[in-house]
Amino acid sequence: MPASDTVPVPDDPRRSAVDRVMQRHRYDRDALIEVLHVAQETFGHLDRQTLAHIARELSLPPGIVYGVATFYHFFTLEAPGEHICGVCRGTACHIKGSGKILSAIEERFGIVAGQTSGDGRLTVVAPRCVGNCVLAPLVLLDGEDVKVDSPAAAVALIEELLSKGEPT
Amino acid sequence: MNASDLEKLALHEAGRERRYCLRISICMGSPCMAAGAAAVKTAIEELIDRHGAAADIRVVGTGCVGPCSRGPILLVVTRDGTEYRYERVTPPAAAALVDRFLNGDVAPTERLLPADLPFFTGQTRLVLANCGYTDPERIEDYIARGGYQSLSRAIHHLSPEAVCEEVTRSGLRGRGGAGYPTGVKWELVRKASGSRKYVVANGDEGDPGAYMDRTIMEADPHRVLEGMALAGFAVGAEQGYIYVRGEYPLAAARLRQAIQTAERLQLLGGRILESRVNFRIDLRMGAGAFVCGEETALLASVMGRRGHPVTRPPYPAQRGLRGCPTLINNVETFATIPTIIRYGWEEFASVGGPGNSGTKVFAICGDLVNAGLVEVPLGTTLRQIVEEIGGGVTGGAFKAAQTGGPSGGCIPAGHLDTPMDYEQLKALGSIMGSGGLIVMNDQRCMVDVARFFIGFCQDESCGKCVPCRAGTVQMGLLLDRICSGLASACDLEQLEELCHLLQETSLCGLGSAAPNPVLSTLRHFRDEYEAHVMDHCCPAAVCNMAATEAACQP
Amino acid sequence: MPALTLTIDGRLVSSRAGETLLQVIRGNGIDLPTLCYLEGLSPRGGCRLCMVEVAGREKPQAACVTPAEEGMVVTTGSERLQRYRRQIVELLLAERNHTCSVCVVNGQCELQSLAARFGIDHVRYAYLSPRLPLDASHQRFGMDPGRCVLCARCVRTCDEVEGAHTLDLRGRGVRSCISIDLNEPWGRSETCTTCGKCVQSCPTGALFEKWTARGEKVRAPELIPRILAWRETHER
Repeated sequence: MPASDTVPVPDDPRRSAVDRVMQRHRYDRDALIEVLHVAQETFGHLDRQTLAHIARELSLPPGIVYGVATFYHFFTLEAPGEHICGVCRGTACHIKGSGKILSAIEERFGIVAGQTSGDGRLTVVAPRCVGNCVLAPLVLLDGEDVKVDSPAAAVALIEELLSKGEPT
Repeated sequence: MNASDLEKLALHEAGRERRYCLRISICMGSPCMAAGAAAVKTAIEELIDRHGAAADIRVVGTGCVGPCSRGPILLVVTRDGTEYRYERVTPPAAAALVDRFLNGDVAPTERLLPADLPFFTGQTRLVLANCGYTDPERIEDYIARGGYQSLSRAIHHLSPEAVCEEVTRSGLRGRGGAGYPTGVKWELVRKASGSRKYVVANGDEGDPGAYMDRTIMEADPHRVLEGMALAGFAVGAEQGYIYVRGEYPLAAARLRQAIQTAERLQLLGGRILESRVNFRIDLRMGAGAFVCGEETALLASVMGRRGHPVTRPPYPAQRGLRGCPTLINNVETFATIPTIIRYGWEEFASVGGPGNSGTKVFAICGDLVNAGLVEVPLGTTLRQIVEEIGGGVTGGAFKAAQTGGPSGGCIPAGHLDTPMDYEQLKALGSIMGSGGLIVMNDQRCMVDVARFFIGFCQDESCGKCVPCRAGTVQMGLLLDRICSGLASACDLEQLEELCHLLQETSLCGLGSAAPNPVLSTLRHFRDEYEAHVMDHCCPAAVCNMAATEAACQP
Repeated sequence: MPALTLTIDGRLVSSRAGETLLQVIRGNGIDLPTLCYLEGLSPRGGCRLCMVEVAGREKPQAACVTPAEEGMVVTTGSERLQRYRRQIVELLLAERNHTCSVCVVNGQCELQSLAARFGIDHVRYAYLSPRLPLDASHQRFGMDPGRCVLCARCVRTCDEVEGAHTLDLRGRGVRSCISIDLNEPWGRSETCTTCGKCVQSCPTGALFEKWTARGEKVRAPELIPRILAWRETHER
C-alpha cells in the first residue's frame, strides 16, 4: 500500500510547489495542464484533494479539472507503485514483439498494464511510443530506456529491479 | 544586445572554436544515452583532465549524429577540419581513442565509420546541420554557427511582407504531415485582421515510430525559437507558444533553458536586438494525447482544456487561440525557416523537386541495418533510403515501409522506386506524415500491423464524434476476429464499410485518417487478409490462430 | 441583414447571413436528423447525423456547424448519407446497453425513434455491453450511463443555461463518461442546483427523474430553447 504520507493534508509543505506554479501563471486558467504536471511531479499522482485545491485556486468548475486530468493519459489519479515498468508499444517495438513482452510481464506479476501490484511495489504501464525506436523492443525501467531481447529477459530485468532495496 | 553585438559574439565564438586542436562530440541523443553515452563522456573528460589538456580540447555533448542503432557515437574533429566518426564506443575504448589523438598518432581505425558511408553521403543536412556539433545548452554555439543572424537580418533589413514572400517562394510545405504550403498560411495570418495574433509550434509528436521533432527540440532548440520569432515578425504576432509532447521532458527542459538565455541576450522578449519588435515564447506541455497533434485540439490543449477538436472552418488562421488569428506550424517547419531566410529561397528551392522543395527528416527504424535519423531531399526514393542510407533490410527480404504513422499506410516492395514526396505517397494510399518510416521484413504480418494501428487510434480517439469513437472499436474487434482466424468474408466487407464511414464522416483528421493503415494494407496486401479469412492462416505466422489451428493448412 | 440564396435538395431557398445549414434546412421544413444538437445550445458537431453533401466539397459536412454560404448546393438525403446515418445509429446502439423494453423513456427516446426512422431492426456490430454503474444517489434524479450516447447536451445545458457546470465529460474515447464534479456521486455534488434541466435535455433515458417506471419519463425538450428565448427577451 502507498505510504500514508503520500496523501497530502491541506497544510502539506509540498503543496507550496503547486501554489508556486499557479502564482507564476497568475492563476490563469489556461495554465491548468501546467499546474497538473507540477502537482503530479510533486505527489506522484493527482488525488482528490489536490484536484479540488487546484479547481478552487484557479476558479474552475471541478468538472473541468477532473475532465482534463482524466483526458490525458500522462496523468494518473492513483498512486503508482515503488517501481514503474513500461513496455513501449510503438510501431517498431510492436513488430519486434512488444506484445509478447507485455503478456509475459502481465502473466508473471499478475497485473495488467495500468495496474499496480497488490504489494504496491510494481506498476506496469504500456505507453504508445516513447520515441526511442532504434532500441526496439524497448522497456522502461523507472524511466530508463532498456533494449530487451526476449520476454524472459524483460521479466528477469524487472525481477532484478524489484529485488534491489528489498528488505533482506 | 544589438545586431553588431550579435555579429561580434559570433566572430568571437568562432575564433575560440578554431583555437581548439581537437573537438570531440559525444552524441547525447536518447538512443545513445541508453547505450551509455554519459559514461563515455565522463571517461573522456577524466582522461583530458589527466593530460591537463582541457584548454586545447573541447568536449561537447551534442544532439543526434544520426546512426542511432550504432550508438554511442563519437565524432572527432581535428584542427584541419577532418571528421572521424566512431560507433559503439565504450568508456575504455573512448579513452584509448582520445589518447591516440592526443599523442598525435594517425587516427585510429577501430570502430571508425568510413567517411563515405552512404548513411552520411546520402544525406543533405539543413535542419539537422548543427546536430553533432553544438552544445544545445549553449546559445553561443548556435550563434557561432550563424544562429539568430536570419532574425537579425529580417528585423533590420526586411519587411514582414518580404519574409512571407521569401517563405512562399521557397516552396516550403508543412512538415507536420499534410504538406500545406507554409508561405500561404503565413500570408493568411499576416493579412488576417486583428491586433492580437499568435504563433504556435506543434511539438506534439505523437506518431508511434517518429522522433524527429524530439531530436530537433533536444539538439537544436534555438533553431526552433528563431524560426518562431521570424514567423512572429512576419505575421505580426508578439506571443508564441511551443507545445511539447508530455513524454519529452528533456526537450521541454532544453527549450525552457533556451528561451531564458535568448531572452537574456535580447534575442527574444521585448525589443529584440534593440529594435521595436517584441516576441515572447511560452512553453506548454502536452500530457499524452495523440489527437492534440490536430491543430484545433492542440489549441484547446494550449488553453488547458480537453483536447477536443472543433470543425474547421473557421481555420485557426482566421480564428484560433482566444479567437485571434493563429499560425500553427510543426516544429520541423519552424526549424527550416532560419535556413531559408539566411541562404535565400532560391538556394532552398534548389534542393528537392518542383512542388516539393527542401529536405525532410525521417526517423528510419524497424528491420533495418542502420536505424536512425536522416535528412534527405524530398523526392529521394524509398529504395535509396532503405537500401543505401539504411544499409538494407535485416532478418528477411523487404516487405513494406510504413509511413505517416496511424494516419498513413504501408508501401509494398513493388513501389520501392517511388520518390518520397507528398503527392506520390498520397497516391499510394499513405501520407508523408511527420516522418516516421518503419521498415518491415517478410516475417511481419500486415494484418497485424493494421490491427496495431486501429488499436492505437481507438486508444487515442477523443470520443467527441461517434464514427471515430465507436467505429474504431468495432474495426478493432473485426480485425481481432480476422487475426484469430474466426472471421468470415462478411466481416471483411463490414470492415471496409466502416473504413468509408470514418473517412467521410469523422470530425477531425485523426478519425478520417484512422482507416488509412487498413485501407492501404487491404490495397497492397489483400491476399494476406484473404489468407486469414478464407484459409484461417497467417502467412507470416505472426497471428495466433489457436482457435482455428485445425483448419490451418500452411 | 443580407440574404443568401442556396439550393437545398433542388429547391431554391433564402437564408439570413450567419445562419447554419441546419437552421436553413429545418427552416424550410426538411426534417434532418440530429442527436447532439439542441436548439439554443452551442452546436457540438459530434453525432454526425446531420451530415449533408455540399457540392464542391470532398466530404459531407455536419450541417449544425457549417455556416450557410451564398450559392451553396446542398443534398440532405442521398443514398450514401442514409447509409452513413444508419451506420452511426447502429454504432451507438452497440456501444452501450440500450434495452428499450425496460427503459424509462421507451416510446419517447430520440435514439429509439432514429432507429425506427432508419428501419434498424437489428444491429450488425458487436454489442460492447460495458458494465457501467447507475448513480441513484441524488434525491430527485438518476443517471444510467449505460443509456448515454455522449451527446453532451446535459453538459452544455448545465454550463450554458444553468451556469453551474456540474456535469462534464471524463475519460477519453469510448471510455468517456458523463461525470459530476470530481467524479462525485450526484447526491454529494456541491455545485448541482437540482434544477433538472439536464434531465430535460437528455435525448435518451440516461438522465431521468426517480420514481418513474418504464416509459414514464416525461420529456420536454423544448424547455431549453424556451428558457433561452425568455432570457434573450430579458436581456433586450
